Amino acid sequence: MSEQIDDLIKSHYAAGFVTDIESDTLPPGLNEDVIRFISAKKNEPEWMLEWRLKAYHAWLEMVEPHWAHVSYPDIDFNAMSYFSAPKRDEDRPQSLDEVDPKLRETYDKLGIPLHEQEMLAGVAVDAVFDSVSVGTTFRKKLYEAGVIFCSISEALQDYPELVREHLGTVVPQKDNYYAALNSAVFSDGSFVYIPKGVKCPMELSTYFRINEAKTGQFERTLIVADEGSEVSYLEGCTAPMRDENQLHAAVVELVALDNAKIKYSTVQNWYPGDEEGKGGIYNFVTKRGLAHTNAHISWTQVETGSAITMKYPSCILKGDNSIGEFYSVALSSNFQQADTGTKMIHLGKNTRSTIISKGIAAGHGSNTYRGLVRMNPGATGARNYTRCDSLLIGDQCGAHTFPYIESKNPTAIIEHEASTSTVSDEQLFLCLQRGISEEKAVSMIVNGFCKEVFRELPMEFAVEAGKLLEVSLEGAVG
Amino acid sequence: MLSIKNLHATVEGEDILRGINLDIGPGEVHAIMGPNGSGKSTLGHVLTGREGYEVTAGEVTFMGQDLLALAPEERALAGLLLAFQYPVEIPGVSNMEFLKTAVDGMRKYRKLEAMDSVSFMKLAREVCKRVDLDQNFLKRGVNEGFSGGEKKRNELMQMMLLEPHLAILDETDSGLDIDALQVVAAGINSMRDGKRSFVLITHYQRLLNFIEPDHVHVLGGGRIVRSGDKSLALELEDKGYGWLESEAV
Repeated sequence: MSEQIDDLIKSHYAAGFVTDIESDTLPPGLNEDVIRFISAKKNEPEWMLEWRLKAYHAWLEMVEPHWAHVSYPDIDFNAMSYFSAPKRDEDRPQSLDEVDPKLRETYDKLGIPLHEQEMLAGVAVDAVFDSVSVGTTFRKKLYEAGVIFCSISEALQDYPELVREHLGTVVPQKDNYYAALNSAVFSDGSFVYIPKGVKCPMELSTYFRINEAKTGQFERTLIVADEGSEVSYLEGCTAPMRDENQLHAAVVELVALDNAKIKYSTVQNWYPGDEEGKGGIYNFVTKRGLAHTNAHISWTQVETGSAITMKYPSCILKGDNSIGEFYSVALSSNFQQADTGTKMIHLGKNTRSTIISKGIAAGHGSNTYRGLVRMNPGATGARNYTRCDSLLIGDQCGAHTFPYIESKNPTAIIEHEASTSTVSDEQLFLCLQRGISEEKAVSMIVNGFCKEVFRELPMEFAVEAGKLLEVSLEGAVG
Repeated sequence: MLSIKNLHATVEGEDILRGINLDIGPGEVHAIMGPNGSGKSTLGHVLTGREGYEVTAGEVTFMGQDLLALAPEERALAGLLLAFQYPVEIPGVSNMEFLKTAVDGMRKYRKLEAMDSVSFMKLAREVCKRVDLDQNFLKRGVNEGFSGGEKKRNELMQMMLLEPHLAILDETDSGLDIDALQVVAAGINSMRDGKRSFVLITHYQRLLNFIEPDHVHVLGGGRIVRSGDKSLALELEDKGYGWLESEAV
């Protein structure tokens, strides 16, 4: 199969671009033909291909960033394959018995029901099972409200103009190295459009899409909330996610038009590597929202997975009176490294932003908060409040804070508070002496530390997030 | 209840306890006195299994069990409670949550039915009143921003809720004004039921005016150098520790 494709790609210069869109996987390597292949495979409009190629050429000129407080071996971008179709049913595990017992153990600890476990583990299920019917009623309700929620590939077929109008307007192709790469080769992702004045009748969750479109390593999400509309979007789930691809470079763009409100919550639990720090996902994501007049964008994230995380969900507060919020819990255990934070760019008058960041480091973990608050000359009367708290568990881990503050408007007010604390032996002993086990004690202390952020999560998710931290910290103490 | 035989313990390689022998029967109140550095607090920490305190010789039996073989939380569940001299703060964890978690664990261990949140809340409020703490303290972080006296009363509250078989109170009287001391003493006295035993670690005779001990022991150089009844405490108040220490060496 791969030879066939090799030949096809090589044949391009002789006979123009021909592609066998029946093939499932591309051989490793990245060049123009790979991008043409992806675009053709998805039957994309011509402008989309041009857009991808423009990104690719920009990427070629860029250098991999190394400013983050993380270290990892160089990535060989030509050793990766940039397209692989979803697995066919016969290649998937036929039952949960074929799934890694360790993974199942974690599912059980998190209390995930059996049929959901099957779905998450990618078990081939031919019978119509619960979630499918849930998905169908769900779609019907959204359709009635006029909400579009589909994969971005579908959107490119069905609503190309809507995608074209907004794609890349918040995160341009040349924004940064990984965003450029994503723009060139993105596989799939979600597209959401909420019409004017509509309040989306339910939480939108990628969870409902997980089975029909396996999100690949270069996921692309675009959410457009039209004037006066409102939506809450949930990405990921607490169940651990495994993937053969080590590098994940997603892009998420949010567009909140006048008076619109977008709430974006993430629970990220990609495979973090083993106890020795081997394996694990690199999660290098660009997430940004553009808020027009009176619009409100809120990011909430609980990051417990991945070996290395570089991620800064940001808000551009362009319109007057717009609001940006960032609530984050990031946990680095074992040998995990996280460099995460946010950017609040205040352009409009009376724009407001709030940043609450809770970093937890345990084991040999390294946890870094990096945040930028910028008040542009036009940001008269703008305000920012930032709080960064770090919690250290054990004496082998590290926490760092890099706040960047730039103010070009004398009327803008910026507040920054930071603290570092530890889970001390005295605290643990008090708990033990009252009959509370060490694991329970740590989880109680950590949950107390994260309370302000969990409060921002949708209700049932907050409970799960607490449980997730507990499971992620297992064995991190003592 | 508790039987200590020839207990030796070191902290960071230094011998602190050098052969403690002590028997405590059900319902008894023992006062342990002694100058600074005599090993009073160490004894409390060794018995409850604090990390960093190494037992080098001796045996301890608690209610028929080999106490030293148990993990710290198992000792607590078995009914041994230490009220701390300097209670630590746990910011972010509400007192109510902390108490409920501890009581839930204890009830489970004792095979009692779990308490629902409403009845627990009611109980916690009653206990709050008994130790003369405002109910707001239940909502605040564990000991977070409490004054010294408030922390001690919070310890007492934990004792009342957990109902230990043996409570070791490590200088619970230190730093208390006379009113607070009376509240604490009344709290402890109210828990004397003829079965529950107490060890009062203290510098001063003052506390013993309010809680009458059955036995008084004086610790010096890691050993019990003198035992007696409550009159021993009065004698110490009079003469200081000097006369006993010279005997100990």
